[in-house]
Amino acid sequence: MENILTIKNIAKSFTLHNVNKHIKAIDDIDIYVREGEFVGITGKSGSGKSTVLKCIYRTYLPQSGSIWYDSKKYGPIDLAYATERQIIDLRKNEIGYVSQFLHVMPRTTARELVQQAILEMGHGRESAEQEAEKMLRHFELDPALWDSYPATFSGGEKLRLNIARAMVKRPRLLLLDEPTASLDNSSKVKVRELMEQLMAEGTTMLGIFHDLEFMKNLCHREYNMQNGRLITRVEMLDV
Amino acid sequence: MDDFMTPLLSIKNVNKQFGDGCDTCLQQEKDVLIKNFCPVCGTVYSCQDITFDLYPGEVLGIVGESGSGKSTLMRCLYFDQDVTSGEAFIRSYKDGKANMFEESAQQKRYIRNHVLGKVYQNPLLGLRMNFSSIGNIAEKLIAAGNRNVGHMEDRGRALLTHVNIPTYRMKEAPKNFSGGMQQRVQIAKALSNNPPILLLDEVTTGLDLSVQASVLDLIKQLQRELNISIIIVSHDLGVIRMLADRTMVMLDGKVVEQGLTDQILEDPQHPYTQQLVHSLV
Repeated sequence: MENILTIKNIAKSFTLHNVNKHIKAIDDIDIYVREGEFVGITGKSGSGKSTVLKCIYRTYLPQSGSIWYDSKKYGPIDLAYATERQIIDLRKNEIGYVSQFLHVMPRTTARELVQQAILEMGHGRESAEQEAEKMLRHFELDPALWDSYPATFSGGEKLRLNIARAMVKRPRLLLLDEPTASLDNSSKVKVRELMEQLMAEGTTMLGIFHDLEFMKNLCHREYNMQNGRLITRVEMLDV
Repeated sequence: MDDFMTPLLSIKNVNKQFGDGCDTCLQQEKDVLIKNFCPVCGTVYSCQDITFDLYPGEVLGIVGESGSGKSTLMRCLYFDQDVTSGEAFIRSYKDGKANMFEESAQQKRYIRNHVLGKVYQNPLLGLRMNFSSIGNIAEKLIAAGNRNVGHMEDRGRALLTHVNIPTYRMKEAPKNFSGGMQQRVQIAKALSNNPPILLLDEVTTGLDLSVQASVLDLIKQLQRELNISIIIVSHDLGVIRMLADRTMVMLDGKVVEQGLTDQILEDPQHPYTQQLVHSLV
């Protein structure tokens, strides 16, 4: 199997001009992910897990190193140096990112949010409507909520909507930044079901989870981080 | 290169100064300037060496403190003011080979009426307050060469309906309207010739939250449905975060940083951008 993602030696630090400080977030990170794999990153909070994901998604600009992604459209492309326009294109069509926070346009209904994600990829309105309903139903979001604004939702409902919105696009590479952190168990099971389904369809995933039980039997490889560095890499063979 | 990767509008090295400059500020590096002001001759360098691209269907945000040159840049792009130097190319105009700043006055009017639409912060600048609302739209259509009254009325009606101005008030003059309604009439007017590029200069500043929301909804909807490219100037980072794909940060007439909007907001590099982002409530 080919690597879909090869991270070599990336480092990221933040210069805070107002307090004249330089903070090293991550250093010397090497990660590889093969196509169709699920790779997990673990570690204490503040160890740099999210920073790694944000560098891949280019929300953060890495200082050095390379992030080779095997794109369907562009072929091998270094996400650390790709143009902004390429990144926008990849985010729309190939790389998804889910965090535990729901950032949405105000006054957009849950149904519209999920539909928009599909429309963005250039699908027709009809299939967008169908897919959106299917997804909302899968996450057992009360149909009474479909046409109301997510700002009024409970924490769990927001999270489920957030994941639905990212997963409905069926990205090639899905980055998961603790999306299940504050979900109840039955919702977690729903997320896991969908992740298994996406994996079966060929989606590659790189995710941060605190819940080790959740990762079990799902992960192909696990990286452990401490103080901004990788400490261990564990290959799971019995997936 | 495919369509997605080719800029619709390319701005290269645009300079705009107010005043003639003197030996001190023209010859040396610009570090004699206090912010963007020459202490010797009083020349103000409003836009210095601005270069950027705007892509099809993209929303580009411009943020920066007051006086940083954002609106001057927008005025130059809409030919409200002449640039001191610099180039701009529009792909859909003469195959992107003509520098639009050097075109004849007549050609500039053509570009303004067919390729660009602009919404000003102050509706007084964008509308004729004593004309009817539908007449305002007709004015822009006539400027673009339309002469068919029936067609113009249909178009005006459709546009004003689109921006939620009730049919029974279309013949009324904008001076009777609330600020939010005036802004929406301006947007309808700017869109009347289906311009591929829309320039929005602080369109939501000073509007109350719910009206601001309806204007933002409208912009987002237009962008999605008509796939127009938008440059939006605002000092409201919330507006920028919601609308812009990429963002440019200006300070003292210069672009100090540009990048993906989420990167600018979460990983700002320049001291000024950091200060700006940390001021976000």
